[in-house]
Amino acid sequence: MSLDRTDVEKIAHLARLNIAEQDIQEYTENLSDILNLVDQMQAINTDDVIPMAHPMDAIQRLRIDEVTEGNQRDLLQTVAPAVEAGLFQVPKVIE
Amino acid sequence: MEWEAVIGLEIHAQLATKSKIFSGASTAFGAEPNTQACAVDLALPGTLPVFNAEALRMAVLFGLAIDAEIGHTSVFDRKNYFYPDLPKGYQTSQLFHPIVGIGHVDIELEDGSTKRVGVTRAHLEEDAGKSLHEEFPSMTGIDLNRAGTPLLEIVSEPDMRSAEEAVAYVKKIHAIVTNLGICDGNMSEGSFRCDCNVSVRYKGEEKFGNRTETKNINSFRFIEKAIKGEIIRQIDILEDGGHITQETRLYDANKDETRSMRSKEEANDYRYFPCPDLLPIVIDDEYVEKLRSTLPELPDARKARFIEQYQLSEYDAMVLSAYRDLSHYFETAAQAADDAKLTANWVMGDLSKHLNQNDTDIKDSPVTAEQLGGLLLRIKDNTITGKLAKQVFEAMWAGEGSADEVIEAKGLKQVTDTGAIESMVDDVIAANQTQVDQYVSAEPDKRGKMIGFFMGKVMQASQGKANPGQVQGLLKQKLDALANS
Repeated sequence: MSLDRTDVEKIAHLARLNIAEQDIQEYTENLSDILNLVDQMQAINTDDVIPMAHPMDAIQRLRIDEVTEGNQRDLLQTVAPAVEAGLFQVPKVIE
Repeated sequence: MEWEAVIGLEIHAQLATKSKIFSGASTAFGAEPNTQACAVDLALPGTLPVFNAEALRMAVLFGLAIDAEIGHTSVFDRKNYFYPDLPKGYQTSQLFHPIVGIGHVDIELEDGSTKRVGVTRAHLEEDAGKSLHEEFPSMTGIDLNRAGTPLLEIVSEPDMRSAEEAVAYVKKIHAIVTNLGICDGNMSEGSFRCDCNVSVRYKGEEKFGNRTETKNINSFRFIEKAIKGEIIRQIDILEDGGHITQETRLYDANKDETRSMRSKEEANDYRYFPCPDLLPIVIDDEYVEKLRSTLPELPDARKARFIEQYQLSEYDAMVLSAYRDLSHYFETAAQAADDAKLTANWVMGDLSKHLNQNDTDIKDSPVTAEQLGGLLLRIKDNTITGKLAKQVFEAMWAGEGSADEVIEAKGLKQVTDTGAIESMVDDVIAANQTQVDQYVSAEPDKRGKMIGFFMGKVMQASQGKANPGQVQGLLKQKLDALANS
């Protein structure tokens, strides 16, 4: 399987990545190479293999349902570019 | 050709955990903006999620309640999209291996029949934050208190065929999650909300029509209205030769109509993949069986028991069994009154009316179940008439004390002294000669109705306190004696 230019542009848009016009060709080739490798792996019979959700052979540890984090708004908002009335401010997202 | 609607629902039930699904921040409703959003909820670099054991317990409990398959291994996936109230740039959700697999619930239809509705799956996910667009002129304010609140998304099969069936299903799920204590069910605070997928097709056709999804409806009434309106809208379009666009719509309660949400420039492409920050959850049989033994009595089982144990009608049993607090109130009062039918009538009648009018939860009813039982005892032993009991109930609601205290203080005790009643009956007969003459000259089969006039006069004279049965008996006896003389 190989990608074309428009696939790469679409993926970049979905991921909100701003890629330079002159780099698109290289991305297209690199990503296509990866997919070709995947194609090769697809040829292997995996009927008896249970799909792996995670490369680590471990299971999820659970947390007891307790409130351990209090109000840290002032501290956490020191890294925000804009704050007003306790709210994070972002450019308006609807017209 | 007749049209048929096909409806499937996605319900988001907020799980009643104390802390968030992946962090130790509080989930309490109504806090100041961003005071319950910690570094994990804000997706600050270097933070990692840790899954809340209680969210798992609640999801599994729901699965058991709807007789569903519980996945042995469950995996969290990332659903990728960009929006400012989703700080990570993805929602942690479950697509491929949900906790709860195929299950079902039974709904009661208006004609008394039962219909089974399939539940495709129920999966865990995190809620997003809240965007406030109106407060500021050129900016959007973001409150992330709700970000990371655990949700159980319950997806139904497209099994429903009318708005009424859809509402019956939503009410059943609502009753189940609140009975299990896994969701507070508060629809106005958004703890329980519903997306409705609706399409129409000719009856008998197998293929589904194009469907629309109406998002985030938060009351039973609006769900019914939104679906009804959407069915009519789609039929109108199709009958005019148009076709239905698959799209997301919003319900506007003020205008009672759905309208199209501006479709995104790009079709949804969420690029789901397993979340590398979370390991697979393994649910063993021992855990599941332990939880199964903690399942409380659910509405369907309770309904059957109410019919069996108290001989309630199908309808009364359904209403009284739906919610744990209501059921408990009914049973406590019925025990105190030693009369289930009378108690059912009062709980569903006067009590419900007062609760609704005052927007009061049954847990906070000023008349306790024991007190209501005490009032009903006084009706049963003829201390007061049923009519005056309503007056006593009003006084009890207003906090004037127990039934006995109110009856005593207001002097409402029923007069059962035959001598006293007889003298009132005699007075009324003597004072209304015209009506007595009419009674005497009437055909015997018409007289029954005519007694009503005298009944009214005697009850009035006794200020409602005379025992109606005794009054009626004496009146009939004396008037018939006059007629036959």
